[in-house]
Amino acid sequence: MDYFTPEQHTFMKTVRDFFEKEVNPHVEEWENQGIFPAHQVFKRCGELGLFGITYDPKYGGSGLDYWWTAAYAEAMGGSCNCSGIPMAIMVQSDMCTPALHDFGSEELKEQFLAPSIKGEMVGAIGVTEPAAGSDVFGIQTTARRDGDHYVINGRKIFITNGTQADYVTTLVKTDKDAAHHGFTLIVVPTKTPGFSVARKLDKVGNLSSDTAELVYDDVRVPVANRIGDEGLGFIYQMRQFQKERMVAAFGAVAGARKALDATVAYLKQREAFGKPLIAKQYIQFKLAELSTQIELARQLNYHCARMIAAGEDCVRETSMAKLASCRLSREVADRGVQFHGGYGYMNEYPISRYRRDSRLGSIGGGADEVMMYIIAKLENYAA
Amino acid sequence: MKIAVIIKQTPDTETVVKINDAGNDIVGTGVKYVMSPYCEFAVEEALRTKEKLGGEVVVVSLGPDRVLETIRTALAMGCDRAIHLKDPAYEGGDGQATAKALAAALKTVSPDIVFAGKQAIDGDQSQVAVRVAELAGLAQATIVTALEIAADGKTAKATRRSEGGGEVVELKLPALISCEKGLNEPRYASLPGIMKAKKKEVKELKPAELGLEGQVGAAGAKAKRVKLLPLAERKAGRRIEAETPEAAAAELVRLLREEAKVL
Repeated sequence: MDYFTPEQHTFMKTVRDFFEKEVNPHVEEWENQGIFPAHQVFKRCGELGLFGITYDPKYGGSGLDYWWTAAYAEAMGGSCNCSGIPMAIMVQSDMCTPALHDFGSEELKEQFLAPSIKGEMVGAIGVTEPAAGSDVFGIQTTARRDGDHYVINGRKIFITNGTQADYVTTLVKTDKDAAHHGFTLIVVPTKTPGFSVARKLDKVGNLSSDTAELVYDDVRVPVANRIGDEGLGFIYQMRQFQKERMVAAFGAVAGARKALDATVAYLKQREAFGKPLIAKQYIQFKLAELSTQIELARQLNYHCARMIAAGEDCVRETSMAKLASCRLSREVADRGVQFHGGYGYMNEYPISRYRRDSRLGSIGGGADEVMMYIIAKLENYAA
Repeated sequence: MKIAVIIKQTPDTETVVKINDAGNDIVGTGVKYVMSPYCEFAVEEALRTKEKLGGEVVVVSLGPDRVLETIRTALAMGCDRAIHLKDPAYEGGDGQATAKALAAALKTVSPDIVFAGKQAIDGDQSQVAVRVAELAGLAQATIVTALEIAADGKTAKATRRSEGGGEVVELKLPALISCEKGLNEPRYASLPGIMKAKKKEVKELKPAELGLEGQVGAAGAKAKRVKLLPLAERKAGRRIEAETPEAAAAELVRLLREEAKVL
């Protein structure tokens, strides 16, 4: 049973070849530097068509169905030797542009979406704040209307691509008295006076990707930079989160399979007590369990892809897929390190980087607890 | 400029192939097929030639249904149209039978230049390209690592790799160039390219349409593969025991010189 068409396989080979030949040789260097040259790498991603898979050809997209996004995320997660760069790329393809594509004005799309699809611009998504993460309602960055401009004040934190971005799709409060309808999404060019990078953050993993804290100090942005309607930002962002969570899930499962394969390869050549470690039935059984779980998570992701491609509402399934996939990648990482023994604790072994990187999956893009909250609510578990 | 490129679909280098019960072929199921890597250099060089001198790139390939996927990859990389020699009668041929069919298909294109891989990575016979050149009456340069085509499209200068050195030859076009690693860095099939490839023409030609009934495939073969031999099992490694690192190194050098004979 093959879920992908021959053309999708050709595309997946392109994605794998790109990462193996053009990205992986630089991963060590970029991980050490704590940043990768986003403009240079994104240009190539744009040429290969990674940024506009499902988007309207009018803006340079390919207008394809969700299976192509699944193919892309799976091939990327399964071939890149780190998680930081795929994450940075997915921010552009599926996190800071979906609302712009679906609800932005023609002018705004010409200005920001088309160059993002080409890979000529680097984007970021600004939702999380120092005092508001999972509790998106709690964000305090405000935008005040002043003629045909918004004046934005506040701070955003943990922003991927933050030090290199040309624009940040920023969620702000436009009406402090309104609940759901008090938020607005605005595209903020980073060269606007008053916008600054407070600091580049020192993370535990995903080291090759730059992450920043951003400051908005009386940042004046034309009202034309607003995505869709004022007051609908929260709703747009909740939709946008679905895309983010799904590519995270596909990437996590592909990464878990890659890490398990690497662990198996190690266990086949590592000898202890006169035999390769893989000869131990305990180890074989653990690997079999993990492999089964990876397959289960993969099938749930494919189920989501089917639902998304059919245009069905699948917030419940997407939340489950993200929860299951990202949790699983942590389990595979920890088990992989354990089976590598001392070598697994050494930075020079890929499993060690994978363990650092995989930890983020259960925190970013909606923490495990947020996923559980959504699932519990949709399942009507409240008293 | 009329540019043609001959490509072959082969098992992926990472695929573990098994020999069938009859012992004369590999088991096809479960094998992942790709464009033979040397053919990728040929496609890339064809596309670069078009980008420099203009014209059209026609892909020609022989093989069953599954070959269409590899043809589409070449089209996605940027080739303009394709000819697929697909018929049960083409199966089971040797280098000569295959070259005969390809040469006849090329005749329908009348190319100024033809690119091919220097060999396919499955059979490793390096037969087809040279035979096609001979049958089609083309000048040829094999194992080419650098190529310059004159702006008027009448001549070309090709650098050939040879054991320990190289050779530069001048050719009159039309000619066939068989491509070696180092000639270029093949591009990937971009997503927009993959989408465009869907709409490009792939013309199927049967032996009768080439006037080659009964002369291709097994019927036209002069040689027949009777047996495939598996790779020898890899021998276990040997541990060098010595008192000191110096003594171990000396022993290693002695073994490399006297037993392995690699020094």
